[in-house]
Amino acid sequence: MAKLNMVKALNLALMQEMERDPDVLVIGEDVGVDGGVFRVTEDLHRTYGSKRVIDSPLAEAGIIGASIGMALYGLKPVCEIQFSGFAFQCFHQIENHAARYRNRSQGRFHVPMVIRMPYGGGVRALEHHSESEEQFYAHIPGLKMVIPSGPRNARALLAAAIRDPDPVVFFEHKALYHAHKEDVPDESETMEIGRARVVREGDDLTLVAWGGMLRVAREAAETLEQEDGVGSDVIDLLTVAPLDRETIVRSVNKTGRVVIVHEAPRSFGPGAEIAASIMDGAFLSLEAPIARVTAHDVPFPGFAREKANVPDVARVVAAARDTLAY
Amino acid sequence: MAKAMTQKAAPGLGLDADLARKLLRDMLLIRRFEEKAAEAYALGKIGGFLHLSIGEEAVAAGATSVLRPDDYAISTYREHGHCLIKGSDPRRVMAELFGRVDGLSKGKGGSMHLFDKEHNFLGGHAIVGAHLPIAAGVGFAIKYRGGDQVVLCYFGDGAVPEGEFHEALNLAALWKLPVIWLCENNRYAMGTSLERALAQTEIWKFGETYGIPSEPVDGMDVLAVRAAVGRAVERARRDKTPALLEVRTYRFRGHSMRDPAGAVYRTKEEVEREKLRDPILLFRDRVLKPGVLSEDDVKKIEKDVNDLVDEAVAFADASPEPPASELFTDIFKESA
Ligand SMILES: Cc1ncc(C[n+]2csc(CCOP(=O)(O)OP(=O)(O)O)c2C)c(N)n1
Ligand SMILES: [Mg+2]
Repeated sequence: MAKLNMVKALNLALMQEMERDPDVLVIGEDVGVDGGVFRVTEDLHRTYGSKRVIDSPLAEAGIIGASIGMALYGLKPVCEIQFSGFAFQCFHQIENHAARYRNRSQGRFHVPMVIRMPYGGGVRALEHHSESEEQFYAHIPGLKMVIPSGPRNARALLAAAIRDPDPVVFFEHKALYHAHKEDVPDESETMEIGRARVVREGDDLTLVAWGGMLRVAREAAETLEQEDGVGSDVIDLLTVAPLDRETIVRSVNKTGRVVIVHEAPRSFGPGAEIAASIMDGAFLSLEAPIARVTAHDVPFPGFAREKANVPDVARVVAAARDTLAY
Repeated sequence: MAKAMTQKAAPGLGLDADLARKLLRDMLLIRRFEEKAAEAYALGKIGGFLHLSIGEEAVAAGATSVLRPDDYAISTYREHGHCLIKGSDPRRVMAELFGRVDGLSKGKGGSMHLFDKEHNFLGGHAIVGAHLPIAAGVGFAIKYRGGDQVVLCYFGDGAVPEGEFHEALNLAALWKLPVIWLCENNRYAMGTSLERALAQTEIWKFGETYGIPSEPVDGMDVLAVRAAVGRAVERARRDKTPALLEVRTYRFRGHSMRDPAGAVYRTKEEVEREKLRDPILLFRDRVLKPGVLSEDDVKKIEKDVNDLVDEAVAFADASPEPPASELFTDIFKESA
């Protein structure tokens, strides 16, 4: 057991999965000698060498396309895209090939690969360096979309993603990398992909969040408990797709009120799909309209306006109070 | 086959005192401006990322010196110098870096996304390689309208392995577009050296593949840059021939302010060795020795530049942040 931040926890998962399976490779821009922009791949190159830790030229379509080819041949590439905003340079490879090879070849080929990308605000840079784009990947049949919220689940989910027989897009929130440390067991552990977790329980309200927004939802629940005496279920989604509808519906059937929090822009965002799933499964239990607290429908702004765009505790508490007063 | 780099200014581009003053002033302006920007970044006045071109000033100064005001320039995120020398007001550039409302983009763009329509500066671009096809399109539009302007497209060695570099060069060659592809080869893309990224490290040779004039250029020699870009501009104006120039330069600072030492991927000795070829020092010697400029001339240029940059910082400091409502503007055309 060691106290690790998320960077170190992810690094541990990579180290251990490479140790466990000689077919696991790491590939990306400056992931090797340099150890990665956010240091997640630090020491991998020293430990496993250039054969398995591959510094690629600036060529995102090349990284992902070549990794798909490797995966078809049975290797297990873990690719890093430096910031999620750069992934449009390889989006066609992800959407058109990684996600569809199994279906297109009627199961004769499959693509066991992981595409890691830092996402989200918190580095005071605009647009590509701060956006949240999980909805693009969650929308694609054949892709899994995973977003951890802390060191321990990051480690376990990354290990699970690497062992998964299908392609997984794995988002890491930049503001979480160094946010806090957690006890992470030495022996490797995995978590089931596609399962949400209820991380706080209460009877009055359901808060759904993931990644960088989980902390915001938790703090809002704390405030509501202390100031309003309101008890909340807080659901940490962990996997955006496939969505764990069961856990969400079960909670809303209990509470009747729900606030969904995400950092992606509102329109056609993940909140809309979650809301539709609640309508399908818990319509008769609802006591108030489903609320969403999201980033605005604007390109991610520069540092002066960043705080006005990303949901914060005050916005979540306000939305929750409206919902409770409905 | 290695090709001799352009060393000497072409005949006819004689170095008179006015030109010497201008080139020195432009290079010094970029240097001082960025030194001050680095200080402001350290004080937290500039957010996000800040990429300095210190060491590479001869490229922007030499290349822009042969452009007309109505020519276009388009660039990467390491574009402060390109923008300043194209004619933008240093005060508004600094205010933009500070995220203030009087910046070129109302403080909403920042260091990597400078735009100045008035001076035909088509922007900084943060996605490596992505602006190259856009440059080709601007070249197409010029030709379509029967104009004789050119597009100067700056990019780094890191863009060369991206597909869009090849798509754009092919388009420009195939359609005969007046674009000067200017690769600022500083030998590194973040921590990856040229040798570890490219099977063909003589970048100018890609131009030969696409059948366009191309050459390596000494990017620490402002007159060599001026001469090579001058030739390319002349051709492009005359008959829409594009060109690829591999301008060999070096960044003295880290990739961005978050990588100040840059010691992992290159040695201190290498950096110190390259600093001996500081383009500003080289040019200063070159104009002082034959007496094109006097020591006093140089001192005056330095003072003027320092004053200009101090004024830019004061202006940026005094400018307010954009109002909250600005978050929702400039997404679609606003109705009256
Ligand atoms: C498509 C894309 N991939 C990766 C990045 C991250 N990145 C930013 S700058 C850079 C290096 C670019 O090097 P180069 O083109 O040589 O320009 P230089 O920084 O040396 O001026 C990288 C990898 C990016 N901005 N865009
Ligand atoms: Mg470079």
